Order: sequence, then structure tokens, then C-alpha cells
Amino acid sequence: MILKNVHAHYETDHGPAVRAVDGVSLTVADGEVLGIVGESGCGKSTLASVISLTARPPLHVTAGEMELDGETIALTSQTRIPQDWHGRKVSLLPQRAMNSLNPTARVSDFVVDVMRAHDPTILPKEAIDQALERLEQLSLPSRVLQSYPHQLSGGMRQRVVAIVSTLLNPSTLIADEPTSALDVSSQKELVLLLQALLERSFIKRIIYITHDLPMLSNIADRIAVMYAGEIVEIDSTKGMIDSPRHPYAQTLIGSTLDPDPRVRERRIKGITGAPPDLRKPPSGCRFHPRCPYVMDICSQESPPLVGSETNFCACWWVQKESDATTFAKVQA
Amino acid sequence: MTIQPSPTPLLETKNLSRTFGHGEHAVHAVKDVSFHVQPGEIVAVVGESGSGKSTLARLILRLLDPTAGQIYLHGHDVTDLTKSRDLKPYWRKVQGVFQDPFAAVNQFYTNRRVLEKPLQLLDHKPSRTERNERIESALLEVGLDPSDVLNKGPHQLSGGQLQRIMIARALVAGPELLLADEPTSMLDASLRVTVLNLLLDLREHRNMTILFITHDLGQAYYLSDRVLVMYRGDLVEQGTVKEVLSNPQHEYTQRLLADVPRLHGWGAVLDAESLLAANQR
Repeated sequence: MILKNVHAHYETDHGPAVRAVDGVSLTVADGEVLGIVGESGCGKSTLASVISLTARPPLHVTAGEMELDGETIALTSQTRIPQDWHGRKVSLLPQRAMNSLNPTARVSDFVVDVMRAHDPTILPKEAIDQALERLEQLSLPSRVLQSYPHQLSGGMRQRVVAIVSTLLNPSTLIADEPTSALDVSSQKELVLLLQALLERSFIKRIIYITHDLPMLSNIADRIAVMYAGEIVEIDSTKGMIDSPRHPYAQTLIGSTLDPDPRVRERRIKGITGAPPDLRKPPSGCRFHPRCPYVMDICSQESPPLVGSETNFCACWWVQKESDATTFAKVQA
Repeated sequence: MTIQPSPTPLLETKNLSRTFGHGEHAVHAVKDVSFHVQPGEIVAVVGESGSGKSTLARLILRLLDPTAGQIYLHGHDVTDLTKSRDLKPYWRKVQGVFQDPFAAVNQFYTNRRVLEKPLQLLDHKPSRTERNERIESALLEVGLDPSDVLNKGPHQLSGGQLQRIMIARALVAGPELLLADEPTSMLDASLRVTVLNLLLDLREHRNMTILFITHDLGQAYYLSDRVLVMYRGDLVEQGTVKEVLSNPQHEYTQRLLADVPRLHGWGAVLDAESLLAANQR
């Protein structure tokens, strides 16, 4: 899956539009979990709606295209998305997905509704049988189909929705903060379920969007850090956790509090200031007003990409540092 | 840092209970909870949603009456205070900060008005100068510039700034015990740490005693001296941070610790070296 140069903004009644996603390009390999992490208002959920083809006004996609399993479509709002892409090619597991269950209907009715929305010719029994088979393969109890949502725990409801939204074997699952309303034990179960879906090839890849970095480090193969509508760094999970390069990524990872004796040994520094107003983002690098390593050029020009397309960091300071290292090596 | 047990703890609860509803529909939100907090101590209450930790906070703040048990402040029984005349002196000493700062303020008030409200708790009517002094020193203490924020409305501040205003509001009356109920859960990770550091500074500068309620074990470990673990209304375990982390006794605490996602993988095995280093702190 390749995503190229996505721009999306929210139209406002007055004044400039909110540029929530600005020039994002991504590549997700088969069998990969790509994590996207960022703080509230950085555009990560907007990106989720764009990729899952659910962007609706006032959200407008002004540029960008997506290549999925050999087919390419334009993402812009004017283009019609082929009907069979929804749920088959891409599927969205949103935040609080568990609330999308109808409280007055059994889960099995929900399954039938969802399946018939995609294929009106399918018989109710076939739909339920398919769901039963999937539950068995994932060793979850089949009784959930006969239950009403209130009879299931929050964690179980979230897992049920995850299973139903992948019944059509979408090639890409977009999970937008799927665990944020759950306690830690249910979070873990959901993540294990997503991994099982991937392992059994029911889905080919996951884009996992969250603000919860420790959670992400347990499921993602690669992590992209978003700030103010842009991806500032992307790297393998290990590379990102052990040696983040972008100053923002460094702070984000440095301010993570693991329940670990090591966190008590030092005073962890947070970050001052607040994320910028995306109606008028700062000039140059969008992080420069809060950056500890800010240089003159940062406020004047957009930062360069250091590294390759699949493993980069957008920062003037990082470029300077890496130039200095190269120079030192040449000297030696 | 070790805290010597003093003869009378700042706060003590004995068999504190609160039940909502009656008969078979009764919900036992807090059951027989007994613990004490020494002056200058930071104690964390951890537990998942529904474990009764927020009910416990409301009981201690005397915003909710217990169905059984006692609360003592400096050894005095405060359980039966009901009149606002009696509660005012209590709230002078015990103040709270809550989860959602935007829900805690009137959107139409200026920040000055929000901060002036707790001055009514004082035992005297403060002069104009005293009012301003108290408000300004509280704001400076939480790292805000009075001239910058006082005449603004709450909606003109970010979540992190507004939560600082709420902490300043709690400080205006000069309390001894600060009850912080999930004060960081609405904040982003990078801002979260700055609020936690602020709480640490309050302890250092004015020997503030803090009862910190959270569902996040990581924050509890970073901030507190002791941890109380609640599960379905019961206080199932309490001990120093080190004890609870390295040797959890109750099955629920063990599961909680195993399931918490960590940067370096689930249930990362603690290496002996780092434990040793922490012990020597």
C-alpha cells in the first residue's frame, strides 16, 4: 500500500481552513503493522478518515492518491470511490467502536446487517455461519452472537466489532485509537486479536493510530510520528524507541512513564507550549516554536528529509548533526 | 526518601464504605477502606475504571457522605461535618483537582473570577491586596504569568494551562492536602509530565501532601512514595512503590502489572541492576 502526498483540510465558516493533514506520504508493506503516533490535534484521526475513504464535508481532501494491491485511486473529494473498496479493501475500526453496536439487537443481527449492506444477496444464515467460523478460528466463544451488547463487557464488544469489521477480509485495517476506552487487560486482548487477524492473513496490513506510545511499541513494526499535520519521523519500532532523531519524537518518547524503577531515577522533562493552530501553522518547521534545538533556518524554510523514503526524519538540526558526523568520519 | 511515621497522620480513614442503591441493586463502590497519609507524603491510588477510586476521592473531599466508617484529619473526626460553616475550615486544608479542567469551570467566568472563589473559604475577609497576592503567588507557583491569564476566559487557554489554573485554584486557600483525581488523563503525554513535575515541586517547596488518583501505573511510580491498589471497591494492596512493583501480592496487582503496555515490550523483565539503582535512590 502506498499513500502519496495527502493534503486534507477542514472548511471553516470564517477565515482560513484548518490544514489537518499536509503532505503525508506513507508506504505499508504486506503483513506489516504501521503505527502512527501523535498528540491530540496533530491530524492523525483526520488521516485515518482519509485513508479509510470516509472523509465527509467539512473535511475536504485536496490532493493525494492511494495505491492498494496494484490499483491506484485518487483520494480527492471530487473522485468517486469505487463502492467495493469500503469494507473489502479498507476497513476502519474507530475509537469507541463498541458503541456502534445496536443496543436493542443481538450481535448476530448486526452481523447480518453489515454483511447484507455489502452483498444484498447473502442469506442471513450464511452471514452468521461465516461469523461463527471466524469466531471459532480466533478461539472466541460463539455465544457472543446470541447476546445483546449490554450482556458483553466493553473489551468483548470492541473485539466483536473488530471481528465483524474484518469479516470481508479487507486488505488494510485502519485502527484509530481502538483501545482508548478499555482497561489495560482488555487492551492487551484486543491487540492480540489484531495480531491473530494478521497472522491468519484475514487482513494484510494494519495502520494503527494512537497517542499511546507504549501500546504502539507492542504491536507496530514501524512507527511514524506526526506533528501538526505532518510526519516528522518514521523508523522501525526499535529504532524509534531506542534512538529517536527528531527533537519532538525524542521528547515524546522521553516523557513516556513506564511502571519501571528506572522512571523514578531522574526527573523527566516534558515539553513547553502547545501544538500550533493549524489555521495558520508556523513558518518553516512547524515544531520550531517549541524546539529546544531551534536554529535561525528552522523558522524560514521547511526542514529537509534526512534518510530514505521509508526511514526518514524531517529536521534541520538532525541534518546538521548527521553532516557533522559524516564530516568527522571523513576527517578520521 | 523514607517518611518516619508520626503519631498522628495528616489523613486517616477507618473502614470507610459507600454503597449506592439498596437491596439487590446495591453497588458497593467503596468497601471498608482503611489507610493513612503522613504529612508531605505523595500516595497514589491506582485501579481500573469502576474500582471506586473516584468515589473515594469524593468521600475524602466531603462532597459525598460515607455509608460507614470515619475520616480523620490530624486526628480529628471530620466524618460528621455537614454544615458549610463546619466544612469551610476543612476545605481550607483539603482541596481537589479533577480530571477534566474544562468541565470544572464556568466557561463564562474569567480566570480571575475562577481563582477568587476559594477565597471565600478563608476565616477572614481578605483585603484587596491579600486577594491579589494570594492569586498571583498561586499562579506563579504553577508556572503561569498572572498578567497573561487573569483576564482571559478558560476557553482561551490550552488544556494544560487550564489544568494549571485548576491547581492554582486549589492552592489559593493554602491547603495541606491536595487530592488530585486523574489530573493528567485529559492531557497529552508531553504535557502530562510537566503537570506531574509541578506536583513534585509543590511537595518540595511547601511540603504539600498529595493523594494522587490514577489508572496509570507509570505515573503512580514516577510520582509517589506509596501506592494503594483498589479493585472493585476493595483496597487490595498497599505498600511502598518499590514493594508493590517488585513483589505484588494480590492477584489483581500482578495481572495489572503484567498487562500494562511498556515501551520495551509487555512485562519487560526488570533487570537486577536497575532495581538496585532505584533502591539506592
